[in-house]
Amino acid sequence: MIIFEATNGSLIHRIDPRVRVAAACAFAAVVCLSHRLVALEIALAAALGLVVLGRLSIVSILGRIKALNLFILVIVLLLPLFIPGEPAIRISGLTWTREGLHRAGLIALRANIIMLAMICLLATMEPAHLGFALRKLGVPEKLTHVLLFMIRYVELFHQEYHRLRDALRLRAFRPACNRHTFRTFGYIVGLLLVRSMDRAQRVLDAMKCRGFHGRLYVLAPFRFTPADAAFALLAAGLVILLSWIQLR
Amino acid sequence: MNEPLIQLRGVQFSYSPEAPVLDGVDLSLRPWERIGLIGPIGCGKTTLLHLVVGLLAPTAGTVWAFGKTRTGESDFREVRLRAGLVFQYADDQLFCPTVIEDVAFGPLNLGKTADEARSIAHETLQLVGMGGFEERITYRLSGGQKRLVSLATVLAMHPDVLLLDEPTSALDAESKTRVGDILRRLNLAMIIVSHEHDFVRDLTTRIVNMNGGRLIEES
Ligand SMILES: Nc1ncnc2c1ncn2[C@@H]1O[C@H](COP(=O)(O)OP(=O)(O)OP(=O)(O)O)[C@@H](O)[C@H]1O
Ligand SMILES: [Mg+2]
Repeated sequence: MIIFEATNGSLIHRIDPRVRVAAACAFAAVVCLSHRLVALEIALAAALGLVVLGRLSIVSILGRIKALNLFILVIVLLLPLFIPGEPAIRISGLTWTREGLHRAGLIALRANIIMLAMICLLATMEPAHLGFALRKLGVPEKLTHVLLFMIRYVELFHQEYHRLRDALRLRAFRPACNRHTFRTFGYIVGLLLVRSMDRAQRVLDAMKCRGFHGRLYVLAPFRFTPADAAFALLAAGLVILLSWIQLR
Repeated sequence: MNEPLIQLRGVQFSYSPEAPVLDGVDLSLRPWERIGLIGPIGCGKTTLLHLVVGLLAPTAGTVWAFGKTRTGESDFREVRLRAGLVFQYADDQLFCPTVIEDVAFGPLNLGKTADEARSIAHETLQLVGMGGFEERITYRLSGGQKRLVSLATVLAMHPDVLLLDEPTSALDAESKTRVGDILRRLNLAMIIVSHEHDFVRDLTTRIVNMNGGRLIEES
């Protein structure tokens, strides 16, 4: 399983992670607060621009967006039922209002814009770099560690699961609706938890053996280049433009 | 000047009260000494190495290392910086995404700058014959490659003592010879656990046999 897709060497991938994290946060905040369609259209264009600049695979983006939109779909279906206003659609006693649909549409648009920007700006960096950038931007060290280890251990759980599943397959296990299957699944879940705990303990041991004392370092020192400055300026400009449209 | 670097005195240990694993172990490692530790599977060799670096605590007896008796976690922190343990399973040792990051992890913890750490990591990988693997993803290496990288992660810390838990498992004849040559050339004090008797006999200055929770010197 891949959460973070590290470098493909594109323009975005080369931007300083600190700049990217800061830009992503500011962008998300201003998009959250925008109500005007113009502002959101500009923001959408910017997000799509990031996708192009980052040379990201459309397939993987669609995969991620899909999960979000299943959730959004529920909101789009339910919200217009509860917001009073001019009826737009009526099906057997249920009324979806025009205002409600408008509101739900805005939410869907905003969510997708923010998601796109996050995929382009954050998911394209090494987890360690994300942690480092967050720390540089003033997030407490403990929190960044929790985040980094979580990322690491989701992967580990996944690996252990695959190993167990392969072991089952090798011995011709076919799930069915019977006691044997339920018992086997019970074993798998139990073993998965125990093994992951053990594995985590051993990784901690290995880290201690190599002098870990509560601090993670990154190998590649960040350098603030002219390209970073240009990107930061562009991002700041965009955020200011969007706020101005909103406040006008 | 021939004071031991590490000394275990009457160390006892058990994971559960019914089945003691170590039952009064005495062992001294002197400078430049290379001890081969052999014994049947499950007799407690790995356990002994973990006791030396304080990942486990003895139920009786003492661990003495680098000039004093070591008890708490903060005591052992210093021991771990000077006694490098290579785990039996390389999978447990490697946890960074890329090879170079993993090898540089130790030097960075020792306070080296990123550039220094990077160049130490390069040199060490070259030394174990894994030059060119710097940017590879650690969990996508083969078993033997993981072994060599995990050896490099420990060597990169320039320890005074090496504790090797089956350093040759998963290696082919050529890599085995290479690892043997590296270890001989390093000229460090070390304890080598191995089931390959020829390999240890060839490499070490003395051999101790573990059986029934005790150590027996082999003449
Ligand atoms: N985490 C644990 N909990 C309980 N018992 C354990 C644990 N780890 C090891 N043991 C038991 O302690 C004994 C010694 O284990 P150890 O791993 O030290 O053996 P070893 O000599 O290194 O064996 P091998 O040559 O197979 O690596 C074994 O009998 C094992 O079953
Ligand atoms: Mg062992």
